[in-house]
Amino acid sequence: MTDILNALIVLANFVLIPATAYGAQLALGALGVTLIYGILRFSNFAHGDTMAFGTMCVILGTWGLQSLGVGLGPLPTALLALPVGIAACAALVLGTDRAVYRFYRRQKAAPVILVIVSMGVMFITNGIVRFVIGVDDQTFADGERFLISAREFRTMTGLDEGLAIRTTQVITIVVAFAVVAALFWFLERTRTGKSMRAFSDNEDLALLSGIDPERVVAVTWIVVAALATVAGTLYGLDKSFKPFTYFQLLLPFFAAAIVGGLGSPIGAIAGGFVIAFAEVAITYPLRKVLGYLLPESLEPGGLVQLLSTDYKFAVSFVILILVLLVRPTGLFAGKSV
Amino acid sequence: MRATLLFGLVAALIAGTWATEGASSALTILNYGIISAIMALGVNLQWGFAGLFNVGVMGFTALGGLAVVLISAAPDREAWAAGGGGVLLGLLLGAATIVAAITAGARLRGRARVWIVAAILLGGFVLYRAIFDAGAAAIEAVNPATSGYLGGLGLPVLLAWPAGGLLAAGVAWIVGKTALGLRSDYLAIATLGIAEIVIAVMKNEDWLARGVKNVAGLPRPLPREVDLQADPLFVARAEEFGLQAVEASSLVVKLGYAGLCGAVLIALLVAAQLALRSPWGRMMRMIRDNEVSARAMGKDVTRQHLQVFILGSAICGIAGAMMVTMDGLLNPSGYQPLRFTFLIWVMVIVGGSGNNFGAVLGGFLIWFLWVQVDPWSATLTEWIGAGLPEGALRERIEESAAFFKLPVMGALMLLTLRFAPRGLIPER
Repeated sequence: MTDILNALIVLANFVLIPATAYGAQLALGALGVTLIYGILRFSNFAHGDTMAFGTMCVILGTWGLQSLGVGLGPLPTALLALPVGIAACAALVLGTDRAVYRFYRRQKAAPVILVIVSMGVMFITNGIVRFVIGVDDQTFADGERFLISAREFRTMTGLDEGLAIRTTQVITIVVAFAVVAALFWFLERTRTGKSMRAFSDNEDLALLSGIDPERVVAVTWIVVAALATVAGTLYGLDKSFKPFTYFQLLLPFFAAAIVGGLGSPIGAIAGGFVIAFAEVAITYPLRKVLGYLLPESLEPGGLVQLLSTDYKFAVSFVILILVLLVRPTGLFAGKSV
Repeated sequence: MRATLLFGLVAALIAGTWATEGASSALTILNYGIISAIMALGVNLQWGFAGLFNVGVMGFTALGGLAVVLISAAPDREAWAAGGGGVLLGLLLGAATIVAAITAGARLRGRARVWIVAAILLGGFVLYRAIFDAGAAAIEAVNPATSGYLGGLGLPVLLAWPAGGLLAAGVAWIVGKTALGLRSDYLAIATLGIAEIVIAVMKNEDWLARGVKNVAGLPRPLPREVDLQADPLFVARAEEFGLQAVEASSLVVKLGYAGLCGAVLIALLVAAQLALRSPWGRMMRMIRDNEVSARAMGKDVTRQHLQVFILGSAICGIAGAMMVTMDGLLNPSGYQPLRFTFLIWVMVIVGGSGNNFGAVLGGFLIWFLWVQVDPWSATLTEWIGAGLPEGALRERIEESAAFFKLPVMGALMLLTLRFAPRGLIPER
């Protein structure tokens, strides 16, 4: 019995909890991708760098607050700096929309042209971020590191295995839940949210019923900026901030959005968790878990790691390919094939 | 007329570098410019001719580089003896598992199908890992400091160029089979993913090409500089031109590469031009411009897309092989998507998509800027910094010189898309 408990604790400690936190971060990122896709109708390659920009602003805000001696006690100061980051990021995306995307929207350019345009925006945003904060790793998490440390857990329960719950993981899950709840309330209950959904479903009908497209687009960008900044800040708190890593997150974001069904918010969330759990479970060495569960004679000799962690991109990619082959509209029937 | 002027401008820019920075820098820019132009031709074939959106250029380029090691490096007999059989058997088993799973999936019906396919995949995977891992570990244990990989076939290095194209074509076939025929964005995401995976494999599979430990000192199609310097005849000839032997040898080798790569570029350019004008090229553009009517006229759109996707990727593979041959070094960590995928896209867009000469021009021009923006921005930041008091801000500004080129490239791309969407040399 204790063996089973120990195995469960190991699994929770190394797979379930990290994957849930990572899944929440991916879900927020994928929501941004999917909203842009649903309303502006293109795949935004600059999303990873938008996220890096927002996070960078949050980090700068955090440093500013820290130098003033303002903090949140056990919680990271970054949470206090979030609104600043969101505002700066919203200003950036609204600015790029005015300067760049609007022209092509007026022209009714093909979606693929907008994708290429977003590549140009990606270059520039990427350059700005490197310009301001450099290319190095930045850790900006402060406050209490653990909610429960492994040692406390062991003395508390008397089990051999410890369960460490980091503050950042709990914050990720709580904040992500709050943001998603707010987003759905906004989309389902408010007039603006409804007009966004109408616009996404059928642009012509929405225009006929008097919805102002520019307003819908502007609100979408602001929502996307908020989602991207929150996702980036949570990821940065949980791991660390590095511009190139954020650029690389583009792949799991798209994978999550497509797996869930492009354009479907609920799908993006489901997709984020599917990708995160698959990635963490497949790259985690399961020897310890199996060691508790199997009789000694069957105990595995190797690490029982299905894939080395360096191949985590391969996991999102394979899931993506499987979905493309079997169900191209994604789990929640997104917009189109 | 316009094209001639623009190519003249690029020639003048390179000549200017020759005058100010010396022949060596100018020739280096020229050589990489040629290779960039070939990659741009490949992407232009896919995007300009057929409207396919490939953002995995980096992966296909890297595969070409891998081919150089696989073809030309000296085989490591000790490593082959230690684990060659295990690795090959493991790979065969892996391939057999996938084939078996696909056949079972296609043949079987009913509820058991999913379970049988899953069982085949799981069993095959366990077996594959057991055999393959042992082999790989044995190989990597053989002289890990200097070798630790299987080595190549020891064939002449020029063979690696077509081989690089073939390897890239093979992977392109797999990607194309799954992602073509769906939305254009899906191909983009699939290629983005496969490129990351190719790089991950090259970084981590040490038995294949030493991973991040790099393979250096690859065989070269041209004599080495040191051999030339040791040749009294060459030294005497160099002195006739008033050059030091060291400098002359480096120039001669670079000129030799310019000749070799230039020949490939011209051959591919001629082929691409012929293809563009042929009925095949007209059909491709018709599919690009109106897929529905092309389908209605009985063209197999997906098949044609697959064909052109494979061809374009193969050209990127050839260019990748040429680059690694010229460097004499395979360095998987050097493959960055901004440099090897998105920069090539800037070349095609700025040069003129759909026009082969445009792509080639873009290759040279953007490569020139990519190299030269750095010294320019260094001068600029020094100039700004000189006016500021000593301190953190000044240091930060002077450090930031290295980050100018990304926004410059992005701005060039956006300006082109906005004000000259058809590029510098538009499609006819």
